[in-house]
Amino acid sequence: MDLSHMKGSIPTPTPTPTPTLISARKATDMGSDQFPAGLRVLVVDDDPTCLRILEKMLQNCCYAVTKCNRAEIALSMLRENKNGFDIVLSDVHMPDMDGFKLLEQVGLEMDLPVIMMSADDGKNVVMKGVIHGACDYLIKPVRIEALRNIWQHVVRKRKTEWKDLEQSGSVDEGDREQNLSEGANYSSSAYEGSWNSSKRRRDAEEEPEERDDTSTLKKPRVVWSVELHQQFVAAVNQLGIDKAVPKKILELMNVPGLTRENVASHLQKYRLYLRRLSGVSPHQSNLNNSFINPQDPPFGSMGSFNGIDLQTLSVTGQLSPQSLAALQATGLRRPTAKSSISMALVDQNNIFSFENPKLRFVEDQTQHLNNSKPVNLFHEIPTKIEPKQLGNIQHSSVQPQGNINMQLNIKSEHSGTQLMHLSQQQTLGHSPASHLPRIPSTLRKPIISGSVTRGNGTTDNSHRPGYNLVSPTSVMVNYPMSQTTELSNNYSLQSNSSVSTLNCKGVFQEEISSDLKVSGGLMSSYDVFSDLPLQKSHDWDSQNVNTLAFGTFHHGNFMQDSFDISPSTLIHHGFPSSQMNGQNQNSSVVGKTMFSFSDLTQPENPQNIAQNSLLDPVEVKSQKIPDANYQTDLLSDDFGQDELLGVFLKQQQQGDDGSVDFSGYQTENICV
Amino acid sequence: MEVGLMQRQWVDYTKSLFLEDFLDSQFIELQKLQDEGNPDFIVEVVSLFFEDSERLLNDLTAAFDQPDVDFQKVDGHVHQLKGSSSSIGAQRVKNVCIAMRSFCEEQNIDGCLRCLQQLKQETCLVKNKLENLFRMEQQIMAAGGSIPSTELIF
Repeated sequence: MDLSHMKGSIPTPTPTPTPTLISARKATDMGSDQFPAGLRVLVVDDDPTCLRILEKMLQNCCYAVTKCNRAEIALSMLRENKNGFDIVLSDVHMPDMDGFKLLEQVGLEMDLPVIMMSADDGKNVVMKGVIHGACDYLIKPVRIEALRNIWQHVVRKRKTEWKDLEQSGSVDEGDREQNLSEGANYSSSAYEGSWNSSKRRRDAEEEPEERDDTSTLKKPRVVWSVELHQQFVAAVNQLGIDKAVPKKILELMNVPGLTRENVASHLQKYRLYLRRLSGVSPHQSNLNNSFINPQDPPFGSMGSFNGIDLQTLSVTGQLSPQSLAALQATGLRRPTAKSSISMALVDQNNIFSFENPKLRFVEDQTQHLNNSKPVNLFHEIPTKIEPKQLGNIQHSSVQPQGNINMQLNIKSEHSGTQLMHLSQQQTLGHSPASHLPRIPSTLRKPIISGSVTRGNGTTDNSHRPGYNLVSPTSVMVNYPMSQTTELSNNYSLQSNSSVSTLNCKGVFQEEISSDLKVSGGLMSSYDVFSDLPLQKSHDWDSQNVNTLAFGTFHHGNFMQDSFDISPSTLIHHGFPSSQMNGQNQNSSVVGKTMFSFSDLTQPENPQNIAQNSLLDPVEVKSQKIPDANYQTDLLSDDFGQDELLGVFLKQQQQGDDGSVDFSGYQTENICV
Repeated sequence: MEVGLMQRQWVDYTKSLFLEDFLDSQFIELQKLQDEGNPDFIVEVVSLFFEDSERLLNDLTAAFDQPDVDFQKVDGHVHQLKGSSSSIGAQRVKNVCIAMRSFCEEQNIDGCLRCLQQLKQETCLVKNKLENLFRMEQQIMAAGGSIPSTELIF
């Protein structure tokens, strides 16, 4: 009865085409009527029985199936052949890599639709799948009927992207130029030049390619530049995240050539991102401005974000050239796991979103995620933070640079997460290609210092602003460089699972000193940063850069000035604290390093700071800084966002030991 | 034995397997997947399952032999066994897996060990049953007959 079975299946190339398949495949290539026959599916499952059954079922649906029993192999197959597959089916529980990580990686790097499968039908797991960006979740045993319709996800995705690409092409062009003009402060013109050229090249390459292919199966790419994204976020914030409908956003943005569809798809991603940052149950205490809308799905796989925040930041003069370079260097490098987590990735809640909580800058997909790390979200700092926004947003992003810094620092209060930017940094460091360096070097610095403090877990570091790098999940902070004032404001650190911590290695401070005293220490992390501009760069693993330090933005500012962080700036962002799993407090950093002072789930904090007085000294709730285990935790690649969130939330709840006074920040306390 | 008789025997046997919960509707789904292009698909998949389950059961046994039982690891194995058994429709095996997972959550070693024992029994049982079924099918085919469609039985 035994037949030779496929043992340890190595991924097989597309199965021997039967006549049906061959013709189907041809049809696919031409993108025509035989669709969905010939759809190129990659199925990943460590269980050989299930794998074989799925393969057979998919073949019976006339799809071109490739099976693979290991996630790493699947990823390398996908990377080698970027356009070789249309959709990926992956199991959740796999020994070598968590299915969710694979999901994020694929979404980020290749932007393919991914369907998760599991025998586990628990609500939490399914939710996790959704949050991480899965376009569907199938419960095992999978029936063939469920597989017949998976092609819809492919079409949906392509349709959206195609439209976006078409529409936003001109917009990006304009943005790019704008960026260039503001790039005066770049220290290295080479950098700038390369960034621009690489961006241009990339765009140029992508667009013609995409345009030539009229098939719906081709995936056009939208390029949401930093400025564009900032405008978007600003519009969203103005409208209020709940009321932000694409049409209105489009009107507010007033960008010629942008369509409602572009905005709609971008909004969807943004929501995902936000949701991811804030966890599943949005605890929306934020006042109108919670930038981070927990409900929104995190912007995870924003492949399309190319924002170079760093650039923007440096342009605005916030970052000194060196810091920019430093950030980049560090950012690009992905921190190796664990050890690098020096940054206590602060709670996820610490999202620096000064103004727009979530600006995510997603760098070139290929850039990060080499490690199959979670999506790197770069948060862009909206460059234009209107004063009124400040009112709303707890984080007053707009404020002068000084604010920005403050904000970041404040975040650290929250369990020191702030370092979202760390992740960014990673990306920065990494790519030659350029698009990465977004994070201003200053930004990175703070992150670097994060590591310094790690392990302190001292809850009361007054001086440490607690930039913790977000948990591994890599918070990405994008700082729109172009906006000088705003830079600081919108850091939303988003920690992507698993990456963030790594990235930040040096930068994050884990401590969110519970009594963050702004004056004293908020910026402590900054101190560190300034001192070690490049030190930690090596810790950064480009891949892990998911979160870039928000705080680092104003690195320069921090260090020297006292910040006056308006309450609003600091905090804010109400992250729902409930969701966080206990994972590590550190990890929470990853998730959302938003400082949401005000709303955060901490009921008992009267100070919720941010509440309204953006301009008054803010009392930041000090959060307890998790102890040293942050470090280890953060580093673990297994951090899931949930965990981070959980941690973060937990911290928030526990936190509040003191209030931080943000009257003036001094960065001296940053321990590096 | 004449083909008709063999076929009737096959039908009765198949019915009993379903009635006794050795197999469930997922098995029928698998049978639908088998076609002329893949005449041995079921046998192939079932073989895969039994090899994999043997490995998992060995791993589970080893895990409980440790001084400190790593329940997370155990849970992982059981989860996988649950997934694969449900994929081929081995209902009883799957049910024991479900029971074992809750014992794992409670970290109840005794409960787990009992379940493990049960898993081994059930796996063995269903393996024998299926081997019998396949043998009968081979005999029918050898005698020139065809296998009735399972769906029509119910």
